[in-house]
Amino acid sequence: MAHHHHIHADLPPDPALRVKALESLLTEKGLVDPATIDAWIEAYESKIGPHNGAKVVAKAWVDPAYKQLLLSDGTKAVAALDLLGQQGQHIVALENTPDLHNLVVCTLCSCYPLPLLGLPPVWYKAAPYRSRAALDPRGVLREFGLELPEHVKIRVWDSTAEIRYLVVPERPAGTEHLSEAQLAALVTRDSMIGVAKVKAP
Amino acid sequence: MNGIHDMGGMHGHGPVEHEKDEPVFHAPWEARMLGLRRGATFPPEVNLDRWRHIRELIPPHLYLSRSYYDHWCMTYTAALLHSGWVTAEEIKSGHAAPGSAKRNDAMRPDEVWPAQKTRGIFTRAVETTPLFAIGQRVRARDINPTGHTRLPRYVRGRVGIVRLHHGGHVLPDTNAHGEGEAPQHLYTVAFAMRELWGADASPHDEICADLWESYLEPA
Repeated sequence: MAHHHHIHADLPPDPALRVKALESLLTEKGLVDPATIDAWIEAYESKIGPHNGAKVVAKAWVDPAYKQLLLSDGTKAVAALDLLGQQGQHIVALENTPDLHNLVVCTLCSCYPLPLLGLPPVWYKAAPYRSRAALDPRGVLREFGLELPEHVKIRVWDSTAEIRYLVVPERPAGTEHLSEAQLAALVTRDSMIGVAKVKAP
Repeated sequence: MNGIHDMGGMHGHGPVEHEKDEPVFHAPWEARMLGLRRGATFPPEVNLDRWRHIRELIPPHLYLSRSYYDHWCMTYTAALLHSGWVTAEEIKSGHAAPGSAKRNDAMRPDEVWPAQKTRGIFTRAVETTPLFAIGQRVRARDINPTGHTRLPRYVRGRVGIVRLHHGGHVLPDTNAHGEGEAPQHLYTVAFAMRELWGADASPHDEICADLWESYLEPA
């Protein structure tokens, strides 16, 4: 499949110009409705984001039965909150403990639990993270400012299929008095990828 | 294919650049490209696996120098040209050739959320008994297909332990090439870092990859 031919060399290097031309061409051909593009952007800017994953994590922290379901059948547990969706229909949740730290990567492209975490950050899709998370996770975590003691086992998850992984970070000490919603507000995107811990307020 | 996309284990790409308070999009065109990817009509053969394969086929110098949503623009452009849905002239001008056909079945805004909720289910029934059991030692086959595969180079020939069994899933290797979904049992296999990277690697860290049954053999 020689898909790319020489087309790219004949087009302007600025992607803004190419995407604009593509949208106008496809609109003229009836292959896209610009209002539908607006609606997708709106969905990813408001409805689909890390607040969804945070809701799952906070519920698991306060509700032992939910946590058990989440860790044994992530898809079912996420479905119970109506949070499954495109690029996140098959979910496995990974619990971080004082002895085990989970880290998620996609070395082959950019697979990411979109319905739970929103669009992935640039670094997640870029070569430095994709190349070294598999080889030197401790070094990568150090670049995020996370130094793990040698005795903590690191388990990296390479998302090579359509299973999407959600890290359930450790609940920080001193948060016993917080409500589920207050806890959710503490849970960051990075902690659910596994490159950070959740900090107490 | 043994392409530039298969990055696991490489050195030399520099430090991870973590942007604080990163915006959802860095420019309006990125958002438009995301909306096109999700909301435009695609040639029927351009399923998710074909899409990934076309992205892998981006020439390596462009793959490494252009940004993520630019990859999408190049991938979609190449897919449309390859399927004959547009011409190079139309891509260059940004306008449909005079007299060309116009469709009227594009996704409507009210179809966005139903699509978000229902798209992307890859589990399929498989009649065969799983060849491997959880806890079993398996070796990732040392194969080098020229087409699409989701077997990363860094595990080929290496021995791991089956950790999870996910049932039947669409096989990307066939689905990308118009050869059907050919679902197979999918497993998560854990490989010790030392098995992959040698004696200097951590003695207890490991990496798990999701691998289809035909990627594996008993070890």
